[in-house]
Amino acid sequence: MADTKTSFRLKELSKKENLLESGHRMCSGCGAPIVVKQILMASEYPLVASNATGCLEVSTCISEYTAWKIPWIHTAFENAAATLSGVEAMYRAWKKQGRLDKDVKFIAFGGDGGTYDIGLQSLSGAMERGHDIVYVCYDNGAYMNTGIQRSSATPLGANTTTSPAGKVIPGKTQQRKDLTRIMAAHNIPYVAQGSPSHWRDLMTKARKAIAVDGPAFLNVLSPCNRGWRSATDDAILLARLGVETCYWPLYEIEDGKLSINFKPKEKKSLEEFMKPQGRFKHLFAPENASVLAELQAGIDREWNRLLAEAGEESK
Amino acid sequence: MAKMVAITGNEAVANAFRQINPDVCAAYPITPATDLMQRFAGYVADGEVDTELVLVESEHSAMSACIGAAAAGGRVATATSSQGLALMWELLHIASGDCLPIVMPVVNRALSAPLNIHGDHSDAMYCRDTGWIQLWSENAQEAYDNAIMAFRIAEHMDIRLPVMVNMDGFIISHSIETMEFLDDKKVKDFVGEFKAVNPLLDLDNPKSYGPLILTDYYHEYKRLQHETMGRVKDVVISVSKEYAKLSGRSYDLFDSYRLDDAEIAIVVLGSAAGTAKDVIDEYRDKGIKAGLMRPRLFRPYPYLEVADALKHLKAVCVLDRSDSFGGYGPVFMEVSSALYQLGGGPKLFNKIYGLGGRDFMPSQVEEVLNELGEIASGSPIKLVKDYLGVRE
Repeated sequence: MADTKTSFRLKELSKKENLLESGHRMCSGCGAPIVVKQILMASEYPLVASNATGCLEVSTCISEYTAWKIPWIHTAFENAAATLSGVEAMYRAWKKQGRLDKDVKFIAFGGDGGTYDIGLQSLSGAMERGHDIVYVCYDNGAYMNTGIQRSSATPLGANTTTSPAGKVIPGKTQQRKDLTRIMAAHNIPYVAQGSPSHWRDLMTKARKAIAVDGPAFLNVLSPCNRGWRSATDDAILLARLGVETCYWPLYEIEDGKLSINFKPKEKKSLEEFMKPQGRFKHLFAPENASVLAELQAGIDREWNRLLAEAGEESK
Repeated sequence: MAKMVAITGNEAVANAFRQINPDVCAAYPITPATDLMQRFAGYVADGEVDTELVLVESEHSAMSACIGAAAAGGRVATATSSQGLALMWELLHIASGDCLPIVMPVVNRALSAPLNIHGDHSDAMYCRDTGWIQLWSENAQEAYDNAIMAFRIAEHMDIRLPVMVNMDGFIISHSIETMEFLDDKKVKDFVGEFKAVNPLLDLDNPKSYGPLILTDYYHEYKRLQHETMGRVKDVVISVSKEYAKLSGRSYDLFDSYRLDDAEIAIVVLGSAAGTAKDVIDEYRDKGIKAGLMRPRLFRPYPYLEVADALKHLKAVCVLDRSDSFGGYGPVFMEVSSALYQLGGGPKLFNKIYGLGGRDFMPSQVEEVLNELGEIASGSPIKLVKDYLGVRE
């Protein structure tokens, strides 16, 4: 196990090479490349990456240009985990045959559509098989690349192009799927939720996930100003509010033991996270008060469940 | 010493895999290919190979893992059938588009609905435009030989493309035939060391696989794939010649049986050719000049060679063990395209036979040969496409 105790210092990090080179075509203010940059920078191992079809993929490797300074493969939408499991299997073959001395680690990136929905089977299979890979979901809560369609990660009530806030139906009518818990149910050595706003926490988690021998899963909140209908420079602010409202609790499950990594002194109201986002605007109309209440109740229920599981008292 | 054995097609190809010892195999069970990979899993379990066997949760993931493994840099194989191949379809284009030399026996089986586990060629035929090389086998011996040659063809530096090795479900995969294995060492030497091209595991020279290419270069990229396919024929011929020296068994782009002086001929893929050859012999004994063409390389399709081999005939019937509903059978369409370029040539018609494992009987061959005889003598073609052995 590599050293995961050393804290990350900005001074030293600033000297590290950025493995996702600037010049890629992600939207300005997008959370995803920040997430990827932080995670890649945290690794103590050389990495090979796999990428599901999606915003990150289409914007970082176009024609002859690539932003990736590490070996990278994209095949399709639903199979970043299966593709990476093949890469990792070939690595094991090379090691066995003495064709490679280095210890290499393998990391997949997929959005919530490619992970929660269409790629769930491929991800589950790869985790069950015990490949030494890390799967990172950058969760922006909808199919942003195709133009903001609802996914199973889209929060209740959110306005998307396929769950529009209409005259009769006020946005998405279902709660989000809790993918982090589903991954934890695979009993893999490491599962965690992170946020780029809490970069030291996220980088520590990435370092642990990469170093661990076996499969690991990171679910990372990734604000999308196009889909969230928020200001271009609010990604980190919104990610922070997501954490502080307990919409996106920071926790990790190491060998089955759950720890909460950030407990707000005063849990902020979910509305603080929602107000700056146009996708929730309609929920503040009086007739949708019940949706808002249901959302808050879901967040509270989940937070209390986490506290109980971590053996901590709820406030 | 070559070893004579009585064995099924699946066992034969599994043994070829054992002799070749691929670096990675990713597989998922499906009838009738299951038996091939489960036998191979036995070799892995017994330490007879050191392949990394990745037992995935679907054929989609099997092909995804094969692509990842091949891009990582090594020899990769899998096997499938029918619905499994259909589920892989999306990835087949990616394997060929990324120039990854994956070898995949396809144990040909009908497609649902209705559900049917028996042999026909629908699965591979509906994948004929995926950019994979397709080799077809008449029997277990050829399936074994093709499987070995497939690695050399796929990995050839002039092409680097994935190869499907087709064999009829159950008829070849599960019937016991007498055949000959090559010595392990001979196979290993013939296949040789894998040469990686742009491996992902070359960390000092990082490569990106699978870019987005839009209107600027996509069109050129696809033409390049077609041009690469144009080089396959010569590679298949040269690898087959080298293999003939090793094995004593010669294979060409297609098998020509009593074709040179024939007046009428059947074109048919796979195991049905054996049945047809027997009946052709009987007709030859009666003084009827009948012959047969059995395609071996179906993708790329050797149009010029086919036209040249069939041009002297009076009438040709193409038998298809898969269908294009509302269209002609896929082999017929190719033969027809090949012959059209002659501006004349034999009269041509199409029979669909053996769907979903329906037995192909000598009486059906007789029926076709009799009709060919009549058409060669001047009778008009009644139906360009018709069905053989179908119950009314």
